[in-house]
Amino acid sequence: MGYEAHFRVWRGDAGAGELRDFRVEVNEGEVVLDVIHRLQATQCPDLAVRWNCKAGKCGSCSAEINGRPRLLCMTRMSVFAEDETVTVTPMRSFPVVRDLVTDVSFNYEKAREIPSFHPPTGTAPGEYRMRQVDVERSQEFRKCIECFLCQNTCHVIRDHDDNKRAFSGPRYLMRVAELEMHPLDSHGETGGDRRELAQAEHGLGFCNITKCCTEVCPEHIRITDNALIPLKERVVDRHYDPLFGLFRRRKD
Amino acid sequence: MTAPTQGPGRARIDARTLRTDRWWLPPLLTFLGLTTFVIYGVIRAFMNKWYWVGEYQYLAPFYSPCLSEVCVPGSAHWGRWFPDLGFLVTPPLFVLPFVLGFRLTCYYYRKAYYRSFWLSPPACAVAEPHRRYTGERRFPLILQNAHRYFFYTAIPVAAVLTYDVVIAFHGADGGFGVGLGTLVLLANVILIWAYTLSCHSCRHIVGGRLAHFSRHPVRYWMWTRISWLNARHMPLAWLSLFSVGFADLYVTLVASGALADPRLFN
Ligand code: SF4
Ligand code: SF4
Ligand code: FES
Ligand code: FES
Repeated sequence: MGYEAHFRVWRGDAGAGELRDFRVEVNEGEVVLDVIHRLQATQCPDLAVRWNCKAGKCGSCSAEINGRPRLLCMTRMSVFAEDETVTVTPMRSFPVVRDLVTDVSFNYEKAREIPSFHPPTGTAPGEYRMRQVDVERSQEFRKCIECFLCQNTCHVIRDHDDNKRAFSGPRYLMRVAELEMHPLDSHGETGGDRRELAQAEHGLGFCNITKCCTEVCPEHIRITDNALIPLKERVVDRHYDPLFGLFRRRKD
Repeated sequence: MTAPTQGPGRARIDARTLRTDRWWLPPLLTFLGLTTFVIYGVIRAFMNKWYWVGEYQYLAPFYSPCLSEVCVPGSAHWGRWFPDLGFLVTPPLFVLPFVLGFRLTCYYYRKAYYRSFWLSPPACAVAEPHRRYTGERRFPLILQNAHRYFFYTAIPVAAVLTYDVVIAFHGADGGFGVGLGTLVLLANVILIWAYTLSCHSCRHIVGGRLAHFSRHPVRYWMWTRISWLNARHMPLAWLSLFSVGFADLYVTLVASGALADPRLFN
């Protein structure tokens, strides 16, 4: 049942690199990560690849396969024709460490810039009470496995490295949306405003809702429809809708 | 074309994309679809005739509401607000800014034309040809934030089109009647309502902006309904665009005499 596939794998580091050709055995039921492991075992023992769970849950094995950002462990070989060349490169928006491994620290820096959940004053941990319907919406966002494929694909930074400073990327704008929708978050009590931050600090205005983050998310989170656009609408409430402010102030 | 998808320390890969699928097809189809509609719209807006079928009371959607002195007799159901301003200022021009503004600032259409016309990006993981990118942070694109106001104006427009359908149940002898044209207008208005209500701004206003759904059960229920529609916003955008063009063309053909409206009843 096995066959010999033609693979092109990017090898190199920040200094230089190139796509190298390999012929490698593929067996029924395998995923791309299996084939990369076979390359490691048989032809290039020093090939660098990051992985952990092989179950699509740790978010470590993000890469690009035939130009499409995907998880190596969740891409079945059966989606390719036997005579098709399979090209594997590291994620192209982050600095490369070596071969298929990139330095994703950009994402951790952006994560740290978001003020964390702020409980209402006088409510101790353990006393939080929320209705299921009130938290349901943001639970979708908690499926995120932090694979950073959305961050890697977003053209705002992928095609314009200079925007990295001002733009947090879909994954972290989604985090802002999650906290902004949180029924108990009281960041506002401290005088803060997450909508303001989304616009001024996290660069929500860079997003032109072209939905590539949604397209590549392996958890099928509807990032654009359920997090980014609702967040944009909340920013409109705050900034661009003169009538809205007349009606409401409190968090209802 | 510059060679983007590059930056300090990134893997050196020169290709603009390594995608092997037909990633250019969806933006191309979008480009052709929207261009066709715009060309038809321009021709039709300046045609200034064949929009009213008095016999069956069909009013072409592009000319509804007809608010000008120059509207043909019987077609101005809501009064004649504007004087005759010459042959270049046709009746649609008074309503078009609102209808067009609604579609132009729609979150779905934005995605569609940013990708297909501005190539920003043409497809996912395909580098865009622009050297700089500022998104929707500056003039003019910052005006996209006015979308909800266009949504508010879209509701009376949809209501007017609904009225047009009601009066289109009209027979040749003056009583009740149904023709193929009535059904075309009816299908169109259903799609227009579905598109309008599935709007992201509508979803937000109806309930999305709440932090506590549990305190607003009715709005929560409405939000769940609108969310269901909203998940279909893209097909509804295309279907309603197609249906409004088709309904308009149909009335044009009947009004010009090129087509006889098949009558189902009276
Ligand atoms: S929808 Fe916005 S955040 Fe998501 S990929 Fe597109 S521009 Fe980036
Ligand atoms: S939102 Fe989706 S694509 Fe982005 S990091 Fe989380 S799981 Fe990955
Ligand atoms: S190895 Fe864990 S997601 Fe692929
Ligand atoms: S988002 Fe498309 S009409 Fe409002």
